[in-house]
Amino acid sequence: MLLFILFFLFIGGAVDYLHFDIFAPGKPAFPIATVLSLGFAAFATLTAYYGGSDIILSSLGAEKLNLQIPEHRELHNVVTEMALASGSVMPRIFVIFDPAPNAFATGTNEKNAAICVTSGLLALMDREETQGVIAHEMSHIRNEDVLLMTLVSILLGGIAILADWSRRGFYSSRSGRRLSGKNPLVFIPLVVLIALSPLIARLLAMAVSRQREYLADATAAQYTRNPRGLARALERIRDAAMPFHKATRGTAHLFFINPLRRSLDDRDGKLADLLASHPPIERRIALLYRMAGLPQFAAGISTMQRIVAET
Amino acid sequence: MIFIIWAIVFVLGIWIISTYNGLTALRLRIQNAWRQIDLQLRRRYDLIPNLVETVKGYMQYEQDTLQKVIEARSQAMTAKGVKESAEAQTALTQSLGKVFALMENYPELKASKNVLDLQEELTTTENQIAFARQYYNDLVTQYNTKQQVFPSNMLAGLFGFKPSELFEIAEAEKALPRVNLSLTR
Repeated sequence: MLLFILFFLFIGGAVDYLHFDIFAPGKPAFPIATVLSLGFAAFATLTAYYGGSDIILSSLGAEKLNLQIPEHRELHNVVTEMALASGSVMPRIFVIFDPAPNAFATGTNEKNAAICVTSGLLALMDREETQGVIAHEMSHIRNEDVLLMTLVSILLGGIAILADWSRRGFYSSRSGRRLSGKNPLVFIPLVVLIALSPLIARLLAMAVSRQREYLADATAAQYTRNPRGLARALERIRDAAMPFHKATRGTAHLFFINPLRRSLDDRDGKLADLLASHPPIERRIALLYRMAGLPQFAAGISTMQRIVAET
Repeated sequence: MIFIIWAIVFVLGIWIISTYNGLTALRLRIQNAWRQIDLQLRRRYDLIPNLVETVKGYMQYEQDTLQKVIEARSQAMTAKGVKESAEAQTALTQSLGKVFALMENYPELKASKNVLDLQEELTTTENQIAFARQYYNDLVTQYNTKQQVFPSNMLAGLFGFKPSELFEIAEAEKALPRVNLSLTR
């Protein structure tokens, strides 16, 4: 995450250097492009953020629980259990009528948090497995992942804007004149870097998202004291292998498993690792089972936290 | 020189305030967590007579077990203090576990929607008690640790913070309840 912010500042600085001469002596040193792009991106993302969870919920066709249905009552009970285990306020609960098993959490803080599961998940899982999934979503809320991912998308949007400006400015004659005064050994790599920056930013964002998934798995195991339940839930979903059609690329990172499953995600390769918003399902299962097998449970969690801290 | 002294005083002040507030917040959360456990326990007390009434007709041969549940319930309700109530709760959990296990022997019980609903209610109450306790214990551990490690232990002593009691789970509760499957008399 820190890497992400540094990268953003670096790209911002590079654009400012090339087009506005900010580091030249005798001029006020104000990184105008960096600040402006951040402002634009923050505005766009924050509007989505404040009205966000309701828009997402209604666009996915989420409905309130009907406590007359035994499955829904069980879900309500399981969520209550997890709210107690994590010591947080009871979130709102929604159900999407879709056969694909999946779940997600949204909301900007504990008080307006919501957990949403598909009816397919309820039909497929037993109590213990549902508990694992809900604990995972609760962890996302407790770890403030929604807030974090909002910050990430602000930075992501900011970099996209910067790169766009830079590309346009580069073709205009005014900027061309400015460039002539600079050392080509400095500005050529910078231009290349700026051109590639949206891609790099995307990779960094995905890396952050994946680390939060691992962390949520670990925290879920801490809440339930039962990593096997979550591991079995993941296995069941892997075997069901149904894409969730209502999800879009923009909402993909919210989900319990990647709803836009491509074969790429399930392969455990370097390339797949870089591009996916979720870690490979097999590795998540393996890590959970390793946690269950460890005599000292805490060791498993600290290992997970170390993995997270490394990025 | 004066400036350095002021800086030190300032940093020290901030540290004292934040440590004190941290400890106080933890203490309040512990109290709240304890109330949560209490709430769940009360719900269990309310549900147990229901369960006994509902299954009594079906489980005529298990009157002893049912009687034990009732006794354990009244004992748990009158228990005082963390330790004593923990022990009474353990006994109650065990006797309930026995009833659940015995219910497996009665297919007509499992067919009744009423019983299934009640069973789900009790299952979640049992789980909620367990999770509320787990959270309570996590908080207490955090609180007690903070009081004992350097440097926050100096302040904890100064302001009179006392370590809280853990909700101990007896070894017996961790083991599965033993159920005699042969019918008694």
